[in-house]
Amino acid sequence: MAALEVKNVTFSYDNVTNVLENINLTLNDGELVCLLGVSGRGKTTLFNVIAGLNRPQQGSVLLNGEDITGQTGRVSYMLQKDLLLPYRTIEDNVILPLLIKGMKKREARLEADKYFAEFGIDGTQKRYPAELSGGMRQRAALLRTYMFSGEVALLDEPFSALDTITKGEMHRWYLDVMNNIRLSTIFITHDVDEAILLSDRICLLGGNPGTITDEIIIREPKPRSADFTLTDEFMRYKRSITDKIRG
Amino acid sequence: MNARLRSTISKIAFPAAALLLLLLLWQAICSFCDVPKFMLPSPSDVAKAFRDDWQLLMSHTRVTLTETFIGLFFGILTGFLTAVIMDRFSVVRKMIYPLIVVSQTIPTVAIAPLLVIWLGYQMLPKIVLIVLVVFFPISVSLLEGFSSSDADTINLMRSMGASRMQIFRYVKLPNSLGHFFSSLKISVTYAVVGAVVSEWIGGTEGLGCYMTRVRKSFSADKMFAVIILISVISLILIWLTVMLQHVCMPWDRQNKKNRS
Repeated sequence: MAALEVKNVTFSYDNVTNVLENINLTLNDGELVCLLGVSGRGKTTLFNVIAGLNRPQQGSVLLNGEDITGQTGRVSYMLQKDLLLPYRTIEDNVILPLLIKGMKKREARLEADKYFAEFGIDGTQKRYPAELSGGMRQRAALLRTYMFSGEVALLDEPFSALDTITKGEMHRWYLDVMNNIRLSTIFITHDVDEAILLSDRICLLGGNPGTITDEIIIREPKPRSADFTLTDEFMRYKRSITDKIRG
Repeated sequence: MNARLRSTISKIAFPAAALLLLLLLWQAICSFCDVPKFMLPSPSDVAKAFRDDWQLLMSHTRVTLTETFIGLFFGILTGFLTAVIMDRFSVVRKMIYPLIVVSQTIPTVAIAPLLVIWLGYQMLPKIVLIVLVVFFPISVSLLEGFSSSDADTINLMRSMGASRMQIFRYVKLPNSLGHFFSSLKISVTYAVVGAVVSEWIGGTEGLGCYMTRVRKSFSADKMFAVIILISVISLILIWLTVMLQHVCMPWDRQNKKNRS
């Protein structure tokens, strides 16, 4: 069953020029779909629509069949910057979505504590974000995203602010964590390698106004290792995607 | 001896040595040049005035401090409420923010006598003056803190389904704390000065009254004593504010430690 469906979404900020036109996107349960495209094609706008921050002029967003168009608080959303609140400890940052839902602080801490080890940030509970490295902060931010909803996550270039080595580390870590957690995810990136390595399916977003121009299925079985990026298979995917982006 | 202790000592030792030299010089000029006491008392005269009038000074201090704290409390309260309302309703902000700024051009000394006429010689006009003085820096800095909250963070909170109240509590309020404490440091000194000024105008108790009395009797030594006392009180209040900030913003402590 489709976890999330975006149906015929058209969006414009000023009711004159469309930023997104007739977007159709289906995310299956447990799947990771990458939205790939050059900057300024409305990838983040599409996320804002799905997250309910922007209401589309046309079309609808369905979560497990239920219409959630324009509703916030239904799917979890993580931005490029970690956006951890500097004045809260990592633990208190992670439980924020639970507090917003009305859970008691003690309960929320207990609930979140189960996942710290799994996300590789055990021991950072009482630290402040400024004390952690970029990679660790991003892990904490991802855990916070996960705490919000274990169903559907929108990740907007979560690793793009990191240096190449840390990024590689984060990819290995991410594949590892996602092995144990079934989280249906849409992932924005402009990094073709990252898209091929992590996703089950890649949707190319292009054109002006933005629309889904192509779809590539990555058949490599999961769990994948980072060595996948060194295979001929990987290169073939990369060539075909690069060609499609160039048009 | 570790480096931090050494730097603290040198931070205190140098200005202290300079102050000591200045006092010695001052004492020497007064003793050798025969300066009349009503014009410039020597440091030892001032010290003597302190000793003689200690009880009296302390009883006046109690009054002034009471006014200061009550005034600070209500000043912070009204400043906070105004900032919250201005942040929530932009119409209100557009209407009253310019008025608040303009109101600050009115000198305190000019309002004080009016307040005495309206509210009498008791504590009330003093407290009202302090509230007026404290209100401005607090409301402006809090508003600044609220509105400088990161837009992406607020969007993230909204995407989590946070209510306006929750966004205020989890993002805007903590974000404004640094601004708040900066303005509180100014406000505490303003409050003390406000109390003293309003006591000059009318009243029977407080350091301002004491000041007026010793000035009229040409007791320059006591004048110096009370001026020093007021400075010390302001310094202690600033120090208390810094301590309070230290307790209220533990993350700031961590961040500073990491930076150094």
